[in-house]
Amino acid sequence: MEEIKGNEQLSGPPLRDRGKALKIQSINYRKKILQYIVGAKAGHTGGSLSCTDILNVLYNQVLNVSPETFTSPDRDRYIQSKGHCVEALFVVLASKGFFPEEDLNTLCKYNSHYIGHPTRKVKGVEQNTGALGHGLPIAVGTALAGKMDKKNYRVFTLLGDGELPEGSNWEAALSASHYKLDNLCAIVDKNSLQITAPTKDVMNSDPMDKKFEAFGWAVKEINGNDIDELVAAFDGLPFEHGKPSVIIAHTTKGKGISYMENQLKWHHGVPSKEEYALAQQELDEQLLNL
Amino acid sequence: MAEQINTDLPYKANLEVFSEVLQRLAVDDKQIVVVTSDSRGSGKLVPFGKQFPEQHVEVGIAEQNLVGVAAGLASCGKKVFAVSPACFLTARALEQIKNDVAYSDNPVKVIGISAGVSYGALGSTHHSLHDYAALRAINNIMVVAPADNFETEQAIELASRTNSPIYLRFGKKAMPSLKEVNGDVFAFGKGRIIAEGNDVAIIATGETVYPALEAARKLAVENIHATVISMHTIKPLDTELLKRVSQQCKAIVTIEEHSVYGGLGEACASFLLQHGYAKPFKIMGIPDEYTVTGSQQEIFDHYGLNKEGITDEVRKLLKR
Ligand SMILES: [Mg+2]
Repeated sequence: MEEIKGNEQLSGPPLRDRGKALKIQSINYRKKILQYIVGAKAGHTGGSLSCTDILNVLYNQVLNVSPETFTSPDRDRYIQSKGHCVEALFVVLASKGFFPEEDLNTLCKYNSHYIGHPTRKVKGVEQNTGALGHGLPIAVGTALAGKMDKKNYRVFTLLGDGELPEGSNWEAALSASHYKLDNLCAIVDKNSLQITAPTKDVMNSDPMDKKFEAFGWAVKEINGNDIDELVAAFDGLPFEHGKPSVIIAHTTKGKGISYMENQLKWHHGVPSKEEYALAQQELDEQLLNL
Repeated sequence: MAEQINTDLPYKANLEVFSEVLQRLAVDDKQIVVVTSDSRGSGKLVPFGKQFPEQHVEVGIAEQNLVGVAAGLASCGKKVFAVSPACFLTARALEQIKNDVAYSDNPVKVIGISAGVSYGALGSTHHSLHDYAALRAINNIMVVAPADNFETEQAIELASRTNSPIYLRFGKKAMPSLKEVNGDVFAFGKGRIIAEGNDVAIIATGETVYPALEAARKLAVENIHATVISMHTIKPLDTELLKRVSQQCKAIVTIEEHSVYGGLGEACASFLLQHGYAKPFKIMGIPDEYTVTGSQQEIFDHYGLNKEGITDEVRKLLKR
C-alpha cells in the first residue's frame, strides 16, 4: 500500500496517482476508525465515516502541519467543530505521526486522553471541541490573528450540517466576511442526517449555499466523498479574494459500509462482532477493486 | 486601622482606569488586542479604538462570537481582553468561557463591565448576580473583582502578563482609594487588608469593600474593631488569610454585589467549615428574589449593603 507522508503535494507524484493513493488511504482510515470504535465500544461511527475523505485530503494534501511544525506560529490550523467525530481525526493524526497509533487502544478508557471529543491533551489537536457551534468563532479569531500578523497560514474548520442551527455559527459567519477572512475555509460535512432524523426534518438549513452567500461567503458545493473533487476544491482556495470560503461537502453518513450508509442508527452505533467482520470485508473488497 | 485611611474622595470608575491602563500598555505591547461587542462606548474604549485600530476587533452584538474569537486570537499568542457587559458575557457566552477559554486553556482576559447591579434601574436583564457562582464552578479561570482604582490598575497590568484564563469585573461608579494596612501589594489570590481589628472580620469584594470600610469606622466608634479585607480574587481564594482572620476575630461577615448563592460568602463558608473554623458567620449580598428596582445605591441600601446594614449585622453576630 502506498503511504502518504507529510505535505508533498507540490513535489509529489502527478494528481492521478496521488488520487489513487488518497483513495487507498481513505479506505484504510475507515478500517481503523471502525477498529477503534469497536475497541472503545463507543463512537460516532456514521459521521466519522462521512468526513473521512475530507480529513484525508486535508491532512495529506492541504494542511501545512506536521508533528514537527505543530507549535510553529506559521502552521495551518484545523479546528474540528463537529468534535464528536473524533475517531476520524484521531486515526488521521496517528497516521501523520502525531502520536503512536497504539495509543488509540485506550480510546474512551479510564484516564485516557483519547476521549470522545478532541482535546489538546492529544498532540495535533488545536482546540477542545465537542459542544457544537464553537469551531467557527474560534477559527475566525485564529484567522484574524493571521491577518493581523501578516502570516500566510490558513485556517480550516469542519462543521456538521446538524450543528448549523447553533446561532454562534452565524455570528461568526458574519464576522468572517466583515473582516474579509480569505485565509479561512469552513467545510460543512453535509451528510443530511443527525441524531434524531434527516436534518431537513429536524431543522432545515437549505438552501445552505444561499445562506452562506448572503452572509458574504464564497461557496463551492462538491461531493465530499470524492477525493478528486475535494482536492480540486481545496486547490481553488480562496474561492474569492477577500471572502471566506465554504465547501459544502455532500457526503454519505456511514460512507463505505453498505448497511450503515444513510442509516440513522449508525449515528453512534457500535458494530457487533459480525457486523464488524462484514464491514472490514467490504472495505477489503473496496481496496482490491481500486 | 481605619483611622489611617485618608483618601475618601471618589476618584474614577474602575472601568475608566481599566481603559486607561490598557491604552498605556498597548503603546509598547502590540500583542494586546481588545475585542468588543458594540461595547466600546460602555467600556470607555473609544479612545483605545481610535489610537490602536489595529489592536481592536469589533464583533457587533454577538457575545458568543466575542468569546470564541477571543479564544482563537489568544491561541495565536495575542493578549486578548474580551470586553462586554458582565450580565451578557457570563450568561449568554458562558459555554464559550467554559469550553473555548477555560477548558481549551486559551488565556483570554474576560472583562465583565458594568457588573453586579451597576446598571441599576435597567433591571435584572442587565444585572450580573450570577457570575461568581457560574465561573467558580468552572475549572481553570480566575475570578477577580477589584475594589478601587489601585487594584484595577494592578489587576490589568498583571492580567496582561498572565498566561492563563481570567475573569475580571468592574462597575461604573467612581471609587475612593483604599490603602492596605501594610503597604500596597497586589497579587491575584492574595486579599488586601484595608483595616485591622480583632472583633469582626468583614470580607468584601469589588464595590462593596468601601461600604465595608465605612462600617468598620462606624463600629470603631462603638469600640468594635473590625478587620476589613478586599478579597478581590474570589477564585482562587486566599485561604491563608481566611484562616488567619478566623483565628483572630470573633465573627465573620462577607459582602458582595452578587447573589448570596455561590459567590464570595459561600466560598469562604465552605472553606472555613471544612477546615474546622466555625465562627458566627453572615453572608451579605443580593437575596434570591426578584431584585428590587432602583439605582445601584438604592439597591445596595434596600438590601443593607451599606454602612448601616453592615454594622447592624455585625452587632447581631457579636450580640452587642
Ligand atoms: Mg449530519
